[in-house]
Amino acid sequence: MSDLADLTITEAGKRLRSGDITSVDLLDAVTRRASVTESHLHAFLTLDGEGARASAERADADLAKGTDHGPLHGIPVALKDNMCTIGVETTASSKILKGWKPPYDGTAVARLKAAGAVITGKTNLDEFAMGSSTENSAFGETRNPWSTDHVPGGSSGGSAAAAAVGSAFGSFGSDTGGSVRQPAALCGVVGMKPTYGLVSRYGLIAFASSLDQIGPFSRSVEDSVALLGATAGWDRYDATSIKGPVPNFGGSLTTGVQGLKIGIVKELMGEGIDPQVLAATIAVADKLTDAGAHVVEISMPSTEYALSAYYLIAPAECSANLARFDGVRFGHRSTVEGTTEDMMAHSRAEGFGPEVVRRILLGTYALSAGYYDAFYGQAQKVRTLVRNDFTSAYAQVDVLISPTSPTTAFRIGERAVDPIAMYYSDVCTIPSNLSGDPAISVPIGLDDEGLPIGFQIMAPALGEEVMYQVAAAVERLVEFDQRPALATSEVAPV
Amino acid sequence: MTAWEAVIGLETHVELSTKSKMFCSCPTDFGDEPNTACCPVCLALPGALPVPNEEAIAGIVKIGLALECDINESSLFYRKNYFYPDLPKNYQISQYTFPVCEHGTLDVDVNGEPTVVGITRVHMEEDTGKSSHIGDGGGRIHDARHTLLDFNRAGVPLVEVVTEPDIRSAEQARAYAAELQRIVLSLGVSDARLEAGSMRFDANVSVRPVGETKLGTRTETKNVNSLRSLQRAISFEIDRQIQVLEDGGSIVQETRHWNEDTGATTSMRVKEESEDYRYFQDPDLLPLEVTAAWQDEIRSTITALPAERRVAIIEQGVDRETAVILVDSDELSGLFAAALGDGVPARTVALWLTGDVVAYLRRNEVELSSTGLTSEHLAVLGRMVDSGDLSSSAAKEVLIAVLDGDGGPGEIADDRDLLQVSDTGAIEEAVDAVLADNADALERIRSGDMKPFGFLVGQVMRHMGGKADPSVVRSVLEEKTTDSR
Amino acid sequence: MPVEIDIARVAHLARIALTPEELETYSAQLLDILEHAERVQALPTEGVEPTSHPLAMVNGFRPDEIGPCLDPESFLSQAPDTEDSRFRVPRIL
Ligand SMILES: [Mg+2]
Ligand SMILES: [Zn+2]
Repeated sequence: MSDLADLTITEAGKRLRSGDITSVDLLDAVTRRASVTESHLHAFLTLDGEGARASAERADADLAKGTDHGPLHGIPVALKDNMCTIGVETTASSKILKGWKPPYDGTAVARLKAAGAVITGKTNLDEFAMGSSTENSAFGETRNPWSTDHVPGGSSGGSAAAAAVGSAFGSFGSDTGGSVRQPAALCGVVGMKPTYGLVSRYGLIAFASSLDQIGPFSRSVEDSVALLGATAGWDRYDATSIKGPVPNFGGSLTTGVQGLKIGIVKELMGEGIDPQVLAATIAVADKLTDAGAHVVEISMPSTEYALSAYYLIAPAECSANLARFDGVRFGHRSTVEGTTEDMMAHSRAEGFGPEVVRRILLGTYALSAGYYDAFYGQAQKVRTLVRNDFTSAYAQVDVLISPTSPTTAFRIGERAVDPIAMYYSDVCTIPSNLSGDPAISVPIGLDDEGLPIGFQIMAPALGEEVMYQVAAAVERLVEFDQRPALATSEVAPV
Repeated sequence: MTAWEAVIGLETHVELSTKSKMFCSCPTDFGDEPNTACCPVCLALPGALPVPNEEAIAGIVKIGLALECDINESSLFYRKNYFYPDLPKNYQISQYTFPVCEHGTLDVDVNGEPTVVGITRVHMEEDTGKSSHIGDGGGRIHDARHTLLDFNRAGVPLVEVVTEPDIRSAEQARAYAAELQRIVLSLGVSDARLEAGSMRFDANVSVRPVGETKLGTRTETKNVNSLRSLQRAISFEIDRQIQVLEDGGSIVQETRHWNEDTGATTSMRVKEESEDYRYFQDPDLLPLEVTAAWQDEIRSTITALPAERRVAIIEQGVDRETAVILVDSDELSGLFAAALGDGVPARTVALWLTGDVVAYLRRNEVELSSTGLTSEHLAVLGRMVDSGDLSSSAAKEVLIAVLDGDGGPGEIADDRDLLQVSDTGAIEEAVDAVLADNADALERIRSGDMKPFGFLVGQVMRHMGGKADPSVVRSVLEEKTTDSR
Repeated sequence: MPVEIDIARVAHLARIALTPEELETYSAQLLDILEHAERVQALPTEGVEPTSHPLAMVNGFRPDEIGPCLDPESFLSQAPDTEDSRFRVPRIL
């Protein structure tokens, strides 16, 4: 490959350390790439050219002095715009936060900076991470790099598209119900959701607190390990973060799957799954068997209720999490005359998009007196059943596999009018959010329209090492090396 | 004419005096500059998360233990959802089912009549910011044009103590509040200043005909910032409710505001909507676990509570009222305890401290610590009275002089020639001289007429220049008038 | 259970000022979603403990230590309206 923007993080790191190239060269490469692709994709909401250049120069100076901050040193990465960055506009793709510059860095952001990463900008998302297509952005949708008539998935569509097209070497999203894995699948990149509590949520604009996790996008499994490694670990600013040593995620990347027990989730391999996705998933399962794994079918009966439970739990939590957007201390304030209560209600009506309003109303209702037990309370019990299913599954197998998304990328506008059809996009990814376990999507091929197919590997809590072990094996077995046309041809900016 | 009974329950909010706030590391001790003790967490900026303060949990457990509550080994934080501009997140982190402490009691005593007030729950929550209402109404919310918000106080740990409706009078309510304040102060978990708002009472008051078992409609009275106004506000509210009912009206369930100047409560909520707080467990926070071992550790840090300390003092022969005053002041009770010892009359010392000393401090507007009065002084003085070296009135004179810094009690009594003579030899001489001069009086006594006895005592005292111990004089005189016939 | 929604009350509780038309649209959409959500009621959950947190951890305390506060200017400059270093809001009543 001729363009630096197409290197993996591992390759770029090697060349940086050999003195062959600089961090500024890498930044220039992704900036050039973005200048070509952005007009087609709209992956970014903010490109922080100046800030990025300053940190690339600092990374180069540090390296010249012999100070090496590790695998991400000098590597340009992009962040979903719901991750707070000090002094750099952070909107969560909402009108209500337009122009807001956080006075602080989130923990993951601070750790990336400390790891020497060069933060190039903030990527587009569904408003407050609510959606599966990145169409619900107040600042315009992001398009799929493989076909710009299609959605990139969501809610972290901008980060997925940027990683796929090479306008960043890697990127971060947040995954509440599949918001990293599903767009990774739809954009043909690796995307993972860590064990709940492994990466601090401090500075991540909350959607649903008991489900949200920050996770990386990359073009290789090895890169995913590096990106996760820079952000993982206990944080004093997040009470739900896990104490104790961070596992060696990448310890078994080259081990293979010989002797591993792998469960294929029966309930995620039938109705509602696109036949091409199904076929591709089975083909990979067969390859894993050929490589020495024992692949068995595992039934997880409560899986089919997981989606319904999720669509009560997540809105309930979001209805409280988003109460702070009231026009008092930051963000949009309505000019409607009246009392503070009027000001709040109008600021929120003007500032929130329809999907956000829908979920706040749904969550408010599900928590309100008289309905709590029937909806929220029951959903939390279903959550227990989902976890129990995982517990008994992991008593039998090391990892679970399934498609990541029931379909490949759908057309822009196709599901926008039907919330329920849109919600179904996350049917395969939601169970791991409810259980809090790690899961990853790895690209395994293209459908006959040339759209990527993702393969999901789920592992028990803190089982990132075995998850990555299988992901790396799948990566080697399928040898997926196609790139979107936008990344490989010089497309003129429009 | 119906006889009425008041039913009162109190909700008390106590700000804990931890160094940092409940869920962030901003200081709880901030100055007057608004919004200078704030961070992303207590301002509820997007992305910020709460992390609970361990010391605050220890504080609430202390309070729970002092109120003889059951401590829940596992309890949960909830979100209480309501929109109000002084509440940055528009939900308050509080507790709902499973508070840290439940089912306690507090004994109060009104004029020697003991009552047990049940404690329903003691739960942990966080304080709100401070609103200033700007307009022509002098800070009143009703006619304010706009409101300014300072979030320095937002997130200060707040313990809420809720009683059962066990209180029957304004006096009892005051006694409960005062005792709770004493307990919290003695635990050292809060400065419990009512006037500064670090301890706040809401009173739920209803009335019903005596004999009725159903509760009447209650009102909640806020804005009482002294024990006295708590009592006044409840009294007012009881009278008001009885009046309304006797006039054939009915009580509206509402929040009422106590106005110190007018001495009346007024309806506060303009529009009353039924609250729906949509409580749910806060997913940002883990379950609280207060293990038995941790409870024991906390329990071991609790020194004797005011009630126990009062009992101990009363057992020394001190009356209850004096004991209450002593225990309420760490300085006084500290001096008292240190002064006790062989030959020190506890009751006398207690009365000096709570009477003469307190009056002296008030009169001279000085602190006890600046007077130089020590427990040693008190002990010496006490022994001098006990042994008869000093009369009780002379002792008071010496005590004032000690407070004035004139020196130690012995030295002062000496200098001022206040010591009593109890040397029997000198007194016997004086008695002999007086009897020799008053033979007729002696004769009358010997014939059984005791009337002149007092006269003879007076003569001996005069002969001694007033410094004889009168009880010694009496016994010598008795001996001499009966013996030598 | 048959689903009923007092959508105006829900919107009020959530402090979102919606027009009558919007209320109607959301009401219909919520009913649709809740019909699906009702599936959760089909599962027998007798004796099942609710899960509100994915991991079995407790406390997550911080020590009682004072840390740095923000420079007021850093957030007051982001506020819609301020006066005398305080946030300003319209009348409350
Ligand atoms: Mg309260
Ligand atoms: Zn703070």
